[in-house]
Amino acid sequence: MSRFLFLTINGLSFGAVYAAVALSLVLIWRTTRVLNFAQGAMATATAFIALSVTQATGSYWLGFAVALVAGFLLGAVLEIAVFRKAETASPLNSIVIGVGVLIVIEAVLGMVYGNQNSRSFPASFSTDTYSIGNTALFSDQTLFTIGSVLAVMLALAALLTWTPSGLRMRASAFAPEVARLLGVRVGRMLTLGWALAGAVGALAGMLVIPTGLVIIPQSMDAVFVLGFTGAVVGGLDSPVGAVVGGVATGLVLSYASGYLGSDLTLVAALVLLMVVLLVRPSGLFSGVQARRV
Amino acid sequence: MAAVLAWMKGSTLLRHLVLLVLGVVLVIVLTDQLQEYQFIHLGILGAYICAAAGLTVLVGLNGQISLGHAALMAIGAYTVALIQNHFTDQNVTGLWVLPICLLAGAFVTAVAGAVIGVAAARLRGPYLAGATLTLGVALPPITSHFTSLFNGDQGLSASIQSPPTSLGYNFSFQHWQAWIGLFCALVVLFFLANLNRSAVGRHMRAVRDDEIAAALCGLSVPRIQITTFAVSSATAGLGGGVLAVMLGARPGAFDLVLSLTLLLAVVIGGLGSLTGAVIGSVIVVYLATFITDRVSGLGLSASSTQNLTNNLPSAVFGLLLIIVMLALPGGAQGLLRRLLALIPRRTTQPTGGQK
Repeated sequence: MSRFLFLTINGLSFGAVYAAVALSLVLIWRTTRVLNFAQGAMATATAFIALSVTQATGSYWLGFAVALVAGFLLGAVLEIAVFRKAETASPLNSIVIGVGVLIVIEAVLGMVYGNQNSRSFPASFSTDTYSIGNTALFSDQTLFTIGSVLAVMLALAALLTWTPSGLRMRASAFAPEVARLLGVRVGRMLTLGWALAGAVGALAGMLVIPTGLVIIPQSMDAVFVLGFTGAVVGGLDSPVGAVVGGVATGLVLSYASGYLGSDLTLVAALVLLMVVLLVRPSGLFSGVQARRV
Repeated sequence: MAAVLAWMKGSTLLRHLVLLVLGVVLVIVLTDQLQEYQFIHLGILGAYICAAAGLTVLVGLNGQISLGHAALMAIGAYTVALIQNHFTDQNVTGLWVLPICLLAGAFVTAVAGAVIGVAAARLRGPYLAGATLTLGVALPPITSHFTSLFNGDQGLSASIQSPPTSLGYNFSFQHWQAWIGLFCALVVLFFLANLNRSAVGRHMRAVRDDEIAAALCGLSVPRIQITTFAVSSATAGLGGGVLAVMLGARPGAFDLVLSLTLLLAVVIGGLGSLTGAVIGSVIVVYLATFITDRVSGLGLSASSTQNLTNNLPSAVFGLLLIIVMLALPGGAQGLLRRLLALIPRRTTQPTGGQK
């Protein structure tokens, strides 16, 4: 029983990270119909920047803040420089462009920092676990992970629902032409969406890299794939779906690695994805869609 | 003479056969001139051409995307290694053993691809990309779960027989490997070129351009999509088998990077074009070597040289991918056609992807 509890908490913690990655993908997909394959690499880049800042100044939290700001800026810059031109391209072409950006970012990181795992990445809080009896349950870092992702999600929901900028963003996603006629600067809203997604992705990287990953240019590849799995499971059009899908992915993976063996975690993700997609080919939270002739 | 030429123009099969024979002659003559160390690159080039040609048919001609072709290559590689080693254990020898193994690898991968294709035919755009991506990442690590069969992270090496003595005693093993790779590539190109010009190829393009219109014309869209996926998997499996002949079957070799490299080759060469797949594979295999050679000549410190040689090729590839997609969607092959403007266009401009 206590093992089940441990696996559940562990799954929720990783699920929160996958949910954050999934949310950043959905934020971009909803507004621009671009699937940002570079999301994981962007998060790794911000984590490296945070590490450099922390080493230079000695302050962990300054590095953390810089990572979020860097993610915000990186998202905005990529949208303006590369992806704005990709929005009109076919879905396949925009996927390929995303893959190109992913390869470039990881290569640049490798050129600057090297490909070897030679650094230790500090956690925000202690990773020592509290235990009941002999079973480890959770650490301060676990609580911080779940709590901060939850806070960011609530903040994003509030931003989108209650603020004028949120209304403009939703209008740009829902009906770009009408929004433009009504005076919304749609392009700027899309840039804002990318920037927010970049910041959320950066948060995911800062949270997950200290817990079991090493800091190399490819650190976030696996996390990206699983976050993507979460987003696809939930349905790419729904932020709520992204969160549910991400947490579900985290839980399924945690149970699979706990009860079946750690070799089979990715297979469990594949099975989850296939079962959901074969029942609902556009994810759990997709609306009914008419196919256009 | 003119009559023969006119007859050849009429028969696609004959034209492709002539090209195949020319290719075989070219390979034999060309490899005779080369140094020992160049053979391994040629063999790997053959494997890449097999897989990239299948991928370009899937993505460019049928509009389905796969980001997990490395997993299919892994299936082919392990099948070839297992069967070949089984034959060797039983002391079965002969020139026919290797072709049988490679065919079995292609066949098993085609069956696996058909199963995946059934799922893929229900999925569109990003959902298909996501499913194949997860497949590509999840499948190779299974080998470490069944360590006794697949030998874990070390993988299997295929025990290939030495070349037949009729080729002469100076004929090296590496030379033989290069032949195997390139001949497989030629067979795949011949097969796919004919398929492309057949009714099946036309059906694939019809489904790519407009699924609903294709269905209204009486085509079964899922069946064509599944067939394409199976064909593409078969060639990927053959490519994986060739890689097993070259380097053995290791799970680490069939990672996300290989899947993305194949996509890169196909896109840089020009989506939907077999010539493009060949050009793209050549660029992918040789540009990296070219760049690393240049970097070594710069005389930088050891660590920065290592960082540059490990990463500069990828950076160039990534930039090429972005530039090709934004500026030249036809890829190298499209550029070549526009520059030459000699060959009349036979197919519509490949766009790829669903509307």
